[in-house]
Amino acid sequence: MWQLLVVAAFAQSAHDAVADVALGKRIFDSQCTVCHGQGGTGGRGPALTKPLLPKAPDDGALRKVIAMGLPPEMPGSWQLSVREVASVAGYVRSLGSVKPEPLPGDAGRGFALFKTTGCSGCHLVNGVGTAVGPDLSAIGARRNAAFLKRAMVEPSKDLPDGYLLVNLITAEGKVARGVVAAEDPFSIQIRYVSNGNYESFRKSGLKEIQRQPGESTMPAYGNLPAGQVDDLVAYLASLRGDSK
Amino acid sequence: MKVLAIGLLLVAVLAAQVPYERIVAAEKEPGNWLTYSGNYQGHRYSPLSQLTPANVGGLKVRWAKQFTMGRTQVSPIVVDGIMYITAPNRAEALDLRSGNTLWKWERPIPRDYQSIGFGQVNRGPAILDDKLYVATLDCYLVALDAKTGQQRWAVKVEDYKPGYSMTLAPLAIKGKVIVGVSGGEAGIRGFVDAYDAATGKLAWRFYTIPGPGEPGHETWAGDSWKTGAGSSWVTGSYDAELNLVYWGIGNPGPDWNGDSRKGDNLYSCSFVALDGDTGKLKWHFQFTPHDTHDWDSTHVPVLLDAEVRGKKRKLVVNPNRNAFYYALDRVTGEFVAGREYAKQTWAKGLDDKGRPVPVPGMEPNAEGVLVWPALNGATVWFSPSYSPRTGLLYVMTRESGATYYKREAEYKPGTFFAGGGETRIPEREQWGALRALEATSGKKVWEFRLQSPPWAGVLSTAGGLVFSGTNEGNIFAVDAKTGQPLWDFQAGGMVAANPISFLVDGKQHVALAAERVLYVFGLP
Ligand code: HEC
Ligand code: HEC
Repeated sequence: MWQLLVVAAFAQSAHDAVADVALGKRIFDSQCTVCHGQGGTGGRGPALTKPLLPKAPDDGALRKVIAMGLPPEMPGSWQLSVREVASVAGYVRSLGSVKPEPLPGDAGRGFALFKTTGCSGCHLVNGVGTAVGPDLSAIGARRNAAFLKRAMVEPSKDLPDGYLLVNLITAEGKVARGVVAAEDPFSIQIRYVSNGNYESFRKSGLKEIQRQPGESTMPAYGNLPAGQVDDLVAYLASLRGDSK
Repeated sequence: MKVLAIGLLLVAVLAAQVPYERIVAAEKEPGNWLTYSGNYQGHRYSPLSQLTPANVGGLKVRWAKQFTMGRTQVSPIVVDGIMYITAPNRAEALDLRSGNTLWKWERPIPRDYQSIGFGQVNRGPAILDDKLYVATLDCYLVALDAKTGQQRWAVKVEDYKPGYSMTLAPLAIKGKVIVGVSGGEAGIRGFVDAYDAATGKLAWRFYTIPGPGEPGHETWAGDSWKTGAGSSWVTGSYDAELNLVYWGIGNPGPDWNGDSRKGDNLYSCSFVALDGDTGKLKWHFQFTPHDTHDWDSTHVPVLLDAEVRGKKRKLVVNPNRNAFYYALDRVTGEFVAGREYAKQTWAKGLDDKGRPVPVPGMEPNAEGVLVWPALNGATVWFSPSYSPRTGLLYVMTRESGATYYKREAEYKPGTFFAGGGETRIPEREQWGALRALEATSGKKVWEFRLQSPPWAGVLSTAGGLVFSGTNEGNIFAVDAKTGQPLWDFQAGGMVAANPISFLVDGKQHVALAAERVLYVFGLP
């Protein structure tokens, strides 16, 4: 009964409620970090530092997720007032987008460089390019400019999840090198960098698994003129997907 | 006259389906699984020996049961050809040969029910005489007719609105059914309750936080005891000879901010030994005094008799969430042995009474402080296993640290009362292991390394096997003596449940759930 009342009240006034992001942060810190980590970086629940939240694509949906939860694992916050829910939602949204910074480079020139320096040979942007590395369509909302610059100059620092390189040494002494696609205590699946094909191995048939956390298949672009790096960063920072 | 006699006999058989005497002597009928941990001692050990290191590689799925709600943590009960399972506010009886549903029971979850700080799960039923007992999310203990699933009685254990709830399998002992509550993040005052098994009348209640005038009350500053948590959400163990019920108690509240609750906060993060008839406290042992990291001691107490330093001892042992292993005298609560069994950075060690010697500066603060283990601890609610054959205690161990934060905590009934949170270290730096520890000391004998910190319980068997599961979806068996992997099956979803073993038509089977599916394995 209580929930019905809350939902009815919620539907009526959800749109009028004004978000107070500072209040939202306080509530988030005390009620959400348990599962979503400090600053929404993830834990038992998913990271919320993303421009696009699959279960909460728009503000209405986000408020509903917060108020009603996602059974069975995420509890609803029926105890929060409509204003408090709006405030938490405001704070969660602020986690999802790194604020646009004033950047020295020129995004237009960066767009051209992205093709001519071969980036699109490994990355998709809005469906165009080749899917070897991560999709960069919304990279500007996920990462700040300093991170983007380092990703180009020293790609082996801060590898995103899903790009760990390994050498697998088989019992016969053959070497298979690729990116770890999946792994459990009994088996490992890799994706070959050369052709994107997958292969599956039983660990009992391997002599050794050499993990190479410091290595990347992306070339380091430290030798590009500084101006071009800035232009590319400006272009990447402008890629914000559908987030507003 | 003859007809009447047969009728009476039938009634008698039905009424006494699983008398207490059968559960006490559970090891005499290894084909069944009569209580949450397989026996009252909390062993989760099967005396069956048909499955061995030589043949376990041939295990195949015989049948599976799909759950409609989320990931299941169920540990079924198996009696005389029937398997009983539960889900939140639900129970079912399944035909042990086919997995077909024989009856179903459901109790609606109130629309305003909320689980504050935990998933909506149920870990299993209990059986005694002719009744099956289920603890519900909305905090009722329900007795069902074991033959039909029809409700005999339902009693309100507590009001769910301020945050009380139940997720555990009840413990049925002689004439009584014992339950504990969840709600440690909602500022409840925890308790362990015993109900008359026949009528549902409350037999006794033990508050996990002593009230004014009771010993231990002085370990709580001011009024903090009223909202001090001390939940009791994992099934305890029972020593029939001593008539003592052993129960693990949860963290004090608010979890990460201890400012308002100065003191040791008894009996949070403790084991308590309670008189089975009266619920009176016989002894307590506190693992983590004044906890500020959410390290509930809601574990299954494992009872065993063994020689320690030349002396026969009745022990209760526990690999704790706080990353230390403990062996206590279960008659007196005296500390016998203890040591670290997983990475921890919060204590220099244990003193000769078993009390941790804290490392200064490891309490959560506003800026955050990195501590091992993370809040889910070195192990959590899922069961360890003790094999009397090997003398080893097997425990799924989590290796993970977290930055802990302290925040303001304001008590409002029915809301989070946690006072902070954690940020886990990156996933790739976390790992796990199935560890075999010397049961009397906690000394590591072997480990089987896992990809990530596990959520599955362990079963050991007289055939020399240890079964468990991984986050990556493997259900597996290793050699109980060496930890060598012998069999694995990709179940297609994370394993966060406890395994059991039993006979179907005289053949040994093993059951363990992954995600929403309970799998039953046997040799073809
Ligand atoms: C008990 C743990 C828990 C708590 C507390 C919790 N969440 Fe969640 N949350 C989850 C889980 C688990 C999911 C993923 C559920 C799913 O996908 O079905 C989730 C999902 C979400 C999502 C959707 C994310 C996406 O990728 O689409 C949002 C938004 C969210 N939570 C916000 C919050 C906020 C805000 C709070 C505090 C008011 C909160 N959560 C408290 C566990 C929790
Ligand atoms: C040979 C393939 C390849 C080429 C060419 C390439 N990349 Fe990458 N890139 C990758 C891979 C693979 C990753 C994933 C991380 C890693 O392995 O370093 C990556 C990661 C990145 C990231 C980090 C993404 C994240 O989610 O953190 C950025 C930004 C990036 N690349 C930009 C560029 C730009 C700009 C260029 C052109 C100047 C470029 N890449 C050229 C393969 C490539």
